[in-house]
Amino acid sequence: MAEKMATREGYGKALEELGEKYDFVVLDADLAAATKTGVFKKKFPERFFDCGIAEGNMMSVAAGIAATGKIPFVSSFAMFAAGRAFEQVRNSVGYPHLNVKIGATHAGITVGEDGATHQCNEDIALMRTIPGMTIINPVDSNEAKAAVEAAILHEGPVYLRFGRYAVPDLTSERSDYSFKIGKGMQMADGTDVTIVATGLMVHLALEARELLAKGGISARVLNIHTIKPLDEEIILAAAKETGALVTAEEHSVIGGLGGAVTEYLAAACPVPVLRVGVEDVYGRSGTVPALLEAYGLTAENITAKARAAVALKK
Amino acid sequence: MEATKKQKLQKIANNVRIGIIEGVYSAGCGHPGGSLSIADVMSYLYFEEMRVDPKDPRCPTRDRFVLSKGHTAPCLYAVLAERGFFPKEELKTLRKIDSRLQGHPDMKHIPGVDMSTGSLGLGISAACGMALSAKVSGDSYRVYTVLGDGECQEGQVWEAAMFAAHYKLDNLCALVDFNGLQIDGRITDVMDPTPFDKKFEAFGWNVIVIDGHDLDQIEAAYTAARAVKGKPTVIISNSTKGKGVSYMENAVEWHGAAPKEEQYKIAIAELTGGKCNG
Repeated sequence: MAEKMATREGYGKALEELGEKYDFVVLDADLAAATKTGVFKKKFPERFFDCGIAEGNMMSVAAGIAATGKIPFVSSFAMFAAGRAFEQVRNSVGYPHLNVKIGATHAGITVGEDGATHQCNEDIALMRTIPGMTIINPVDSNEAKAAVEAAILHEGPVYLRFGRYAVPDLTSERSDYSFKIGKGMQMADGTDVTIVATGLMVHLALEARELLAKGGISARVLNIHTIKPLDEEIILAAAKETGALVTAEEHSVIGGLGGAVTEYLAAACPVPVLRVGVEDVYGRSGTVPALLEAYGLTAENITAKARAAVALKK
Repeated sequence: MEATKKQKLQKIANNVRIGIIEGVYSAGCGHPGGSLSIADVMSYLYFEEMRVDPKDPRCPTRDRFVLSKGHTAPCLYAVLAERGFFPKEELKTLRKIDSRLQGHPDMKHIPGVDMSTGSLGLGISAACGMALSAKVSGDSYRVYTVLGDGECQEGQVWEAAMFAAHYKLDNLCALVDFNGLQIDGRITDVMDPTPFDKKFEAFGWNVIVIDGHDLDQIEAAYTAARAVKGKPTVIISNSTKGKGVSYMENAVEWHGAAPKEEQYKIAIAELTGGKCNG
């Protein structure tokens, strides 16, 4: 297995590599070193524009650029791209369905020591409410690169969610791996319960699967990189075939993947669905392992929720 | 400006004012005051200044216009209809269900609208993006935007002002419609955003101050703006809110209200009488 790498690294590398192949521009708000757009800036300085610490303006500038037919990638931390600039995303980008690609890094609590003001656990929920928005939360650096190219080829606004924390490579050595927007991937099969995971929770879900197997529970694990549009087919099959689900995300349990899955299944195929994510609280400072532990983003918590979901089956 | 050209533009601006009143009256709501105050500059832009083609509204080399004060859509629609982007009759569908003419400009559905706006402060940023895009690809089109004076209370306007000067967007020309009134009263009473000229100057812009109802001054300002290199230009346009309809002039209550039938008749009579065409 390749070494651990943050998905933001894959974002920067993708911009740098794809800059030759596709004609896009990149905007950042004084965070190029952290978001990794700095890698692109170095190679294509004439196509990189720092907007300073003014995310609202940056988002509407991106909309203007897209309105002239160019593709802008616009980057900041998730807190500022989806939070500070929410209204600009909605009104300048979303409403006219402009071809803007939002590369939001430092999502979730794995921002770490910076603490609650920078730990955005709400961005997926916010972006999901924007009609026509595509939301992608890659599982690893390799998938991040694939997602960037898919976003370029996709006509319309895309919210790409990247993390700061190094995560295991789960995809680059899989012969069956391919990336398609809106198409989830079964990482491992199982029959008793399905763990529907996204982002760094996927590798924890795979660990949970091992723990569950020891107790005689067979768990399927899905990687849902695209949260909108949701791969309803793969979720419905999981509900029908395994009868219980656990969602797992580094995001609030409100309005994210857990929200999307429960909203869908409540109408399509009501089965027990329990959610693992950040409960309705703010984050805080700490090392990433300590934070993941403190907020229940662990294989052990997924395992416990999976057991509980199985117990709820009729 | 020669007399025949001026007469032509005065006639157009008057027609635009009639279109504003027709639209807002039919809708039963909307924003006539700030629409009427920009009728002269908008008429000049669409009939003299900008390279646009109603037959090819998406032409890539066209000049762009962003109505940052998007609530004055009735004026934009009236001038677009006057210029032939869509039938004038359609102005009467303003704000109605299934009409293209949304309460605020919608670039997806209305021919000639280059950016969806309405939330104040966002339009000037989008205009900056368009101007930057032209610089990146070496295109020669120019970008125009019109802001409200009250709109300048939005912080994003000044983020955009910084941006435009930083990237030397001399292909961008903004205009602040300085009519002095906003919904809650005089802009200087609500939250004083003045002085506009000194602020924009401090932000690195070329500043031109005009009477926004004087076509000679409007022409001189836009002509001068085109010659300025290395910095964006802002025209501070001193105007009269409600210009052209006697009872609406300088009356804050006409910021966002539609005339009743009698008031409508008076407005049309005044405008067709040619009394108030700037």
